[in-house]
Amino acid sequence: MRWIWIDRFVDFQSGKSARAVKNLSLAEDHFGDHFPGYPVMPAALILEGLAQTGGILVGEANNFQEKVVLAKVPRAVFHREMLAGEQLIYEAEIQNLRPEGASVLGRVLVDGQVTAEAEIFFAHLDQARSKQLFSEGNFVFSGEMKYLLGRMTSGKTRTRGPAGTAGAE
Amino acid sequence: MPTQDEIFSKVSATLVEALNVDEEDIKPTSTLQGDLGAESIDFLDIVFRLEREFGIKIPRGELFPESIFQGDPELVQNGRVTPKGLEELRAKMPFADLTKFEQNPEVGNLSNLFTVDLITRYIQGKLEKGNTN
Repeated sequence: MRWIWIDRFVDFQSGKSARAVKNLSLAEDHFGDHFPGYPVMPAALILEGLAQTGGILVGEANNFQEKVVLAKVPRAVFHREMLAGEQLIYEAEIQNLRPEGASVLGRVLVDGQVTAEAEIFFAHLDQARSKQLFSEGNFVFSGEMKYLLGRMTSGKTRTRGPAGTAGAE
Repeated sequence: MPTQDEIFSKVSATLVEALNVDEEDIKPTSTLQGDLGAESIDFLDIVFRLEREFGIKIPRGELFPESIFQGDPELVQNGRVTPKGLEELRAKMPFADLTKFEQNPEVGNLSNLFTVDLITRYIQGKLEKGNTN
């Protein structure tokens, strides 16, 4: 199964915020079971999409030098069900960014209305330990994740500060 | 300058949010890991929330040192913290109450130093120094 839960970035402010789109298509396998005849997007996958939006935002702020892993979701609220056929907008805003990790505030919107909110924590994986566990190479930001960011239509906003300094305090 | 009680109640509220525990379970003597179930990532969460709540900056490793002794044989021998190690602890964490730890300075007991009271005293020290943003 392809584990990419956003379709496209529509806005990217390096070290600050990002907006991504996720179109819910009835062709997605999980809608067959969740639930038969009533295709609700699983809340955990909505959270995953929001975390991918926030994770790429955090990773890009350090030029993808750190391995960013989802560490904790202290709060997540879902205001309503989101169904196949709807377009979700994932908004992520960096709240804290430090060498050890980052926290992000996320919102999901459908037709301009907030349908879910979450606070998400990311840890920067310790380089030495990560090599022991996962060998060399950045397994988090695989080509496909970075490709998504590069695919942002030109003319849309994507700002970037000097490498490595964006958003750092 | 907030009183110690005021700081404690703000620290408690912070821990309720960060650790998803009930406020009545939080006592000054509660240990973060043993009693309140904190895991490593929670320490970063706590630091972020304390900075916001009190308007202070908490440099990396100041409140929660990641590795205090780094296997230095002068500081730790046979799983116990040496007198020199205790000096090091006092210097790095002047806000920690070492009275109980000194009686049985096993490395395994170090996590018991990190209590709600320790955070309260750390914050109090920070505020007294006027180390705000």
